[in-house]
Amino acid sequence: MSADQPLEGRVALITGAARGQGRAHAVRLAEAGADIVAIDIAAPVESVPYDLASTDDLAETEKLVAAVGRRVHAVRADVRDQDALDAAVTAAIAEFGRLDVVVANAGVISYGYTWELPEQQWQDVIDINLTGIFHTVKATVPAMIAAGNGGAIVLTSSVLGFRGTTGASSYVATKHGVVGLTKSLANELGPHRIRVNSVNPSNVATEMVLNPTTLGLFRPDLEAPTPDDVKETMSAMHPMQIPWVEPVDVSNAILFLTSDDARYITGVSLPVDAGLLAR
Amino acid sequence: MTGRVEGKVAFITGAARGQGRSHALRLAEEGADIIAVDAVTDYASVPYSMARPADLDETCALVRARNRRIVAGKADVRDQEQLRAVLDTGVAELGHLDIVVANAGICTAQAWDDVSTEVWSDTIDTNLTGVWNTIVVAAPHLIANGGGSVIATSSVAGIKGLPFFAPYVAAKHGIVGIARSLANELASHHIRVNTVHPAGVDTAMSAGLGALGDLIACEPNLGPIFINTYPVEMVDLLDVINAVMFLACDESRYVTGLELTIDGGNTIR
Repeated sequence: MSADQPLEGRVALITGAARGQGRAHAVRLAEAGADIVAIDIAAPVESVPYDLASTDDLAETEKLVAAVGRRVHAVRADVRDQDALDAAVTAAIAEFGRLDVVVANAGVISYGYTWELPEQQWQDVIDINLTGIFHTVKATVPAMIAAGNGGAIVLTSSVLGFRGTTGASSYVATKHGVVGLTKSLANELGPHRIRVNSVNPSNVATEMVLNPTTLGLFRPDLEAPTPDDVKETMSAMHPMQIPWVEPVDVSNAILFLTSDDARYITGVSLPVDAGLLAR
Repeated sequence: MTGRVEGKVAFITGAARGQGRSHALRLAEEGADIIAVDAVTDYASVPYSMARPADLDETCALVRARNRRIVAGKADVRDQEQLRAVLDTGVAELGHLDIVVANAGICTAQAWDDVSTEVWSDTIDTNLTGVWNTIVVAAPHLIANGGGSVIATSSVAGIKGLPFFAPYVAAKHGIVGIARSLANELASHHIRVNTVHPAGVDTAMSAGLGALGDLIACEPNLGPIFINTYPVEMVDLLDVINAVMFLACDESRYVTGLELTIDGGNTIR
């Protein structure tokens, strides 16, 4: 293991890897030496008010990881589908021989007052953001325990894992749930030398935030706000007065948490939030 | 490869040995110049010996052996003027200040009714007011620099009410309060403020806590509070260093107000 290749010889599985944060994590962990298992639904979910990743996006992630010189195994699978995840993990371990790092990143957001949410819209967010992580853990952890190499799991929560807001209760509930899941799993998996932490970003410059629906929530006064139009409002959320962090800022936190630099760090929720939670 | 803190200048308190020296050496290895202070003074109230002037000299020699510059001086964190004298000299010589590691601290183990007035005030003055003094003398330099990263050494005792350490627990909790307030106040200057919270670290400080075993033996139901969920009894200096490095460098450029535990899951049980 060299200083700039802290994950050399390891295999990292990332859900929601076709674009956005997941793609950035795939590339960053590959740069750090890991081979990558990239999983994404690469298909729309009807209740989600912005476009989800496509198969082309997943292919692009594959290309970017390969360009870094690491092996990549990309699979279309929905985190709501335990069988599909199990099959993807089995195939990946057959190909790469091991699994060391899991980044449970897949997630969606949708909006509306709680009492007005259609049942299916609520359920989709719960199923993807929270139960999807449960499925990801079920698919990966037994093989990691059996291999006996220890490992590191990072669950993607949010600043909304600690705070509430209006119009996103399903998202807030799941991201709070992810913090609880992190602490429970860290206790359960400590004896197996598998560490479990979460990252808790604020706004990240991805499609989930920079889409017309979400931008409109920040600037209801404008008909078709652009990212530039929301900068002032979003900057006011953060003591550091920036509107959003970049995906690579979250990736850097995940790289730290999954490397041996953090070998005794477990159960931590690491905000990448320009100080939002300090308020 | 360029160092992770190449060209930056780091101010470290309690730098003569232990965690402070280790931070100095690691930051130097990654390209930082160092301003190091230590009180190099024993406390009548603390049963283990503090660092000696020779220890601080050794830190200097080790930083220079890594081809980095160091400005070091005797300064007690309880005294803002002493800190300011060394820091101002260091910044004048090294050009600027980017990183502050408020690390100096003492620790004694005793039941609450054996906490003398002296132990209480020495612990609060050094571990809490000392961190405050360190940050307030450093912040103007960071503001002048256009930003920076402050890391204060708290502890698992800054999150949990570890028994037999009441003054230490109070001070380490207080550090979190300082960090949270200043993370807000200094953010507009692009200064980040975070705390690290190690479980027991194998240093002269922890070796001086021999009384703890006897105290726990008298109250065995309190023992599990000290147990980590991860199968490791103590963390190494290296583990704290790695966490400080992450917070010091630009990989964490938007991370502020964080309490980063390096505790094998001690605080989530």
